[in-house]
Amino acid sequence: MDIISNLINGTLVFSTALIFAALGGLISERSGVINIGLEGFMVSGAFFSAVIAYYAETAGLGKLSPWMGIIGAFVFTAIFSSIHAIATIRFKANQVVSGVVINILAASSTFFLVKLIFEGSAESPLLSTVFHKFKIPLLGDIPFLGNAFFNNYPTTYIAIAFVIIIYYVIYRTATGLRLRAVGEHPGAADTVGVKVNRMRYMAVILSGSIAALGGATIVLTSNGNFAFNTISGQGYIALAAVIFGKWNPIGAMLASLFFGLAQAVKDQLQIFDFAASIPNEFFYMLPYLLTMLVLIGAVGKARAPKALGEPYEVGKR
Amino acid sequence: MNKLMSIFRRESAVIPVVSIIIGLVLGALIMLLGGYDPLLAYDSLVTKIFGSSYDIGEALRTIVPLVMCGLAVGIAFRSGLFNIGVDGQIIMGSVGALIVGTKLSLPAPFHAIVAVIFGGILGGLWGALIGYIKAKRGINEVITSIMFNFIALYLSHYLIRNFMPQAGTQRSAMIQESASIQIGWLSELMGGARIHWGFLLTILAVIFYSIYLNKTKWGYELRAVGLNPDAAEYAGMNVSKVMVRTMFISGVFGGLVGTFEVLGVFKYIAINSVTSGLGFDGIAVALLGGNSALGVLLSGMLIGALTYGSQGMSFGAEVPGEIIRMVIGFIIFFVAAPGIVKLFFRPLFNKMEKKV
Repeated sequence: MDIISNLINGTLVFSTALIFAALGGLISERSGVINIGLEGFMVSGAFFSAVIAYYAETAGLGKLSPWMGIIGAFVFTAIFSSIHAIATIRFKANQVVSGVVINILAASSTFFLVKLIFEGSAESPLLSTVFHKFKIPLLGDIPFLGNAFFNNYPTTYIAIAFVIIIYYVIYRTATGLRLRAVGEHPGAADTVGVKVNRMRYMAVILSGSIAALGGATIVLTSNGNFAFNTISGQGYIALAAVIFGKWNPIGAMLASLFFGLAQAVKDQLQIFDFAASIPNEFFYMLPYLLTMLVLIGAVGKARAPKALGEPYEVGKR
Repeated sequence: MNKLMSIFRRESAVIPVVSIIIGLVLGALIMLLGGYDPLLAYDSLVTKIFGSSYDIGEALRTIVPLVMCGLAVGIAFRSGLFNIGVDGQIIMGSVGALIVGTKLSLPAPFHAIVAVIFGGILGGLWGALIGYIKAKRGINEVITSIMFNFIALYLSHYLIRNFMPQAGTQRSAMIQESASIQIGWLSELMGGARIHWGFLLTILAVIFYSIYLNKTKWGYELRAVGLNPDAAEYAGMNVSKVMVRTMFISGVFGGLVGTFEVLGVFKYIAINSVTSGLGFDGIAVALLGGNSALGVLLSGMLIGALTYGSQGMSFGAEVPGEIIRMVIGFIIFFVAAPGIVKLFFRPLFNKMEKKV
């Protein structure tokens, strides 16, 4: 029983960053703008959270410093993601190319800045104050379930809250209706008075900021600092989770949990002989392989927003 | 000569050139903000490239894979496909070359030839698979590409660890000397720079690219599909076939990059947690070169030279070399969004239009 409950707990830990990034990707893509730059936004979030939390720590903010880090990652990545927004919306750049540029710029500039800020060091110093697992009173004491679900990092609870809020906004509010309309048929949305490009600006900028929380999660819970390989491909897994989850927040969360499970299984089951006989590489490959298999098997069901990838010109019907 | 000049006067050439200049200027500004000396940095970059015959040779070695990657991305682009899976195709190519290079025993030139062909084909098939999935199941090639990059990465780790390991290290066994494509005498002449026959094959690939696209029926179909797949279908072309064929050729270019790196440069494959990223640089090369053979060659030379030269910056001016990656990022950004360049240089463009 302990193994199963640890497995669930581990899955949540590994999935949190993916959930944030996938939610970010989903918001942008729902508005019709492809976001291959999720990886870069996660890198940006990881970088800003590490640097800001470090300075908050040295300034003596104590337990507040990881919170400063996570807020800083959100705010500063908004500025970074506006590059993607301006390029794709105002200047109609190819959205995939712009995303690739975001990834290149994020990787190179953060590495450059880390060297600059920390006098030639290739990574940021290890933080001494990071998030700790927080046991929810009462619920956390329930046998099995308590350890599995209610003894987790604050970021995990925030991620789950985001899923619910974003689901509600997209499917139950006027703003969400407009967002979906802009991604499906911008011309029609424009006719009824929705400001298409303004909607997209908001979506893309928010997309980067939320993805950045994923990067911050990794730094402020498991890693404790920022290095060039902190993210290493998780942004792309999140992208897969968006598609796997059919551009639906709940779906994206389930997909992220599934990918997290693949990682947690690897960690938890190594004590068994049969698991040790399965090559590690297979576990690493699993998320990508499954995404492909599901896509190939379920074509037509996973439908992207109709206007995805198309810049919108005012007056186009 | 007039024709050549008119190429450079066209807007399609002005945008990349202006983008390169803005990119370098932005890089300099960032260096200034960081308290570095940009003039010294760029000076040591150029010195690094042309410093010695060894440096020239190694710069050429850096240029070769970039040109090939540019061709790989470029040919797919021309048919309307976005191949960001070149990284995966490189891996499959390198694994193919490694298998032949370590497992087979053949006399010297044949061993290498078989390894190059096998690596190229393996890369090609990996690419063709992406095209096939797009053609038959309608799944966006960008997503398939990304997934296939990671699958190739871990597949290669599995194959290396289990079938071609070098005990106690994080890399594969060495290929047999008979499979090497290094040019021994030229390498000696250039102070040990790792010059290889892939250099010649790259020039041939550029020529092939130009002829295939512009002078053959298949190339015509490819361009037609790229311009308007519906019209091409209506005109009786088999769009699916064109997609798969194009992705195969694109994958061969990528696969050859991996083959060259294994057979001509490193002689083994290191087990890295990430892909090389060369395929993403290929996007920069193709975009900057406007997907034409000559353009890809020129932009590959520029980006390759910058990449190699950046290694000298940390020595000469203590500037981290990553700044050049940023400059390359800026350049693609401006080429991809020419509106920004025009905005900055509106007066310049107005003047040019008046003259013409």
